Amino acid sequence: MRNLSARVRGAPDRLLRDVSLSVAPGEVRGLVGESGAGKSMIGKAVLGILPRAVEVLSGEILLEGTDLLRLAPADRRRRIGATCALIPQDPLTALNPSRRIGPQMTDRLIDILGWSRTKAQDRARDLLAEVQITDPDRVLRQYPHELSGGMRQRVLIAAAFAAEPKLIVADEPTTALDVTVQKEVLRLIAGMQARHGTALLFVTHDLGVVSKVCQSLTVLYGGLVVENTTLRDFFPAPAHPYARALLAATPKYTDPGSSLVPVPQAVLDGVQAQVVAADRGWRNG
Amino acid sequence: MQLFRAVILRLLTTAVTLSGVAVIVFVVIRVVPGNPIAMMLPPGATDEDVARLTALYGLDKSIFRQFLIWAGGVLQGDFGTSITTRQPVLGLVLGRLPATLELSVMALVIATVIGGFAALTGTRLRGTRSEAAIDVANGMALSVPDFLWGLVLILLFGVLWPVFHISGRVTPSIDLPFTTNFYLIESLVRLRPDLWWDIVSHMLLPALALAIPLAAIIGQVLKQSLKETMHLDYVTLSRTKGYSETHVITREALPNAVLPALTLVGVQFTFLIGGTVIIERLFSYEGLGNMAIDAVINRDLPLIQGIVILFAVIFTGVNLIVDLAYAALNPRLRHG
Ligand SMILES: Nc1ncnc2c1ncn2[C@@H]1O[C@H](COP(=O)(O)OP(=O)(O)O)[C@@H](O)[C@H]1O
Ligand SMILES: [Mg+2]
Repeated sequence: MRNLSARVRGAPDRLLRDVSLSVAPGEVRGLVGESGAGKSMIGKAVLGILPRAVEVLSGEILLEGTDLLRLAPADRRRRIGATCALIPQDPLTALNPSRRIGPQMTDRLIDILGWSRTKAQDRARDLLAEVQITDPDRVLRQYPHELSGGMRQRVLIAAAFAAEPKLIVADEPTTALDVTVQKEVLRLIAGMQARHGTALLFVTHDLGVVSKVCQSLTVLYGGLVVENTTLRDFFPAPAHPYARALLAATPKYTDPGSSLVPVPQAVLDGVQAQVVAADRGWRNG
Repeated sequence: MQLFRAVILRLLTTAVTLSGVAVIVFVVIRVVPGNPIAMMLPPGATDEDVARLTALYGLDKSIFRQFLIWAGGVLQGDFGTSITTRQPVLGLVLGRLPATLELSVMALVIATVIGGFAALTGTRLRGTRSEAAIDVANGMALSVPDFLWGLVLILLFGVLWPVFHISGRVTPSIDLPFTTNFYLIESLVRLRPDLWWDIVSHMLLPALALAIPLAAIIGQVLKQSLKETMHLDYVTLSRTKGYSETHVITREALPNAVLPALTLVGVQFTFLIGGTVIIERLFSYEGLGNMAIDAVINRDLPLIQGIVILFAVIFTGVNLIVDLAYAALNPRLRHG
């Protein structure tokens, strides 16, 4: 993704401010920032599901060298369907309640990629086994309401890997889950990603999670990329003051005894000034 | 077992409802002024003639006794004798029922097709001027009652551009080879497209008049329901799989949006059946509604009672069907 800017149609300010980031094959990139920073918006832009009210102003989204934004809508849709996938946030609402699990896992393989029904079903069965579902055949015949939240998230993870996508976007995939299953699901995603060698854009507001599953990360503030770095460089000493403050505000990385440090006002003012400066440059250029 | 109990409970409440309807109708039509006997006799009839006939139809007894006699008959399948035609009420009413059922169901089908199409198109084109145009058309269809639509249709397709029949159920000169009164169905079963078309071109305008307001309601409710469904995550997920907007709407959203709309449409369908009374009159369509108006004009008390009871049975039947359809379509209830 290069220099992507987007805004709500007719609004004076941008939601995404010249965002550039990349995910290499097999890499897991964390995308962090506080709520409303535009993390989900970036994921949606990549997957071609931006809200109608949001328009892309400039920039490109390159997938294996092709700029998705230059493709005709129908081509873009099919290209994304064939090469990208989403692991959604809330497993309770991300499965269609009136369709069985099986067709919901295999529909893309059959309709978009042209696989045979048997091949697609075999694939779905294998993937369910891979996410440690004990009776895949039964689950394929079940409706979503017959499964627990954790089971549904496993199904969604398995489904995301079904077409061997080049890139998977996971938008806060553990936030809606019970704390006890969060860790397990996280391990599951990391394991699947490693086995399949998929590029993964991992959206989260939790630096602790980033430290466990990512190799690199992008810090976002107000739609502006504040820091684009590798995990190895980030954790000892983030370059940007905002990123440093964010790290200090994350429980795991402060001493157990010391109290949490909220992001200081001075740092917020500083990064806000940076946003304003970026906008000034954008308006004049 | 649970279903069995639910059905029994339902039948019991239905019986109570029907009894209530019977009592109210029975009393009301005897309290309002107008003497059926006086109306059927020629002007020169003596008071004795009136008294004799009044006694013959049991109208000299107290309302309470009359009701017991009538209710006793009903329980044995005897709904009494029509005062004007002197034929058994049950036969008369059941003879007209098919005409009204065919008309109502045809109207429902038309309304579902038009309303469903409007809802899907409006959802597909949401945010555009076409959506606004559909909303405006919906509002217009809804703000004009069915009988005024009937008049408009008569003017348009009966007078200005006479392509459809505006009176009757079938061309009178045609000799019908039918054994039942389900003309539309029988013309299909007997593979008689000529008769089928004659019947359809008689039914189309009244059915359309009944259908237009219901189509608008279906369009509005279904579109609202679709709108809410389109925001759900599984719809978004389906988009990322590479599916077109049309596919996403019809395959992912529609099946789930239909359910909340279904109950309301069921209620509205009973209103549509009520609307047949005036529409059948307007188009001289020989159904139950038309017969009901004649019965009221002639103060044909047994016939009015029979028709009202039958309408009440139809209404509760429709509600039952809607509930069963709801259960059948809802996977949560199917595999509960
Ligand atoms: N449908 C929408 N229309 C207009 N603005 C939106 C819409 N959805 C989100 N936004 C705005 O976009 C910004 C970024 O949102 P989002 O990407 O969801 O943040 P997060 O980083 O928490 O995922 C927020 O300020 C939000 O107000
Ligand atoms: Mg978000």
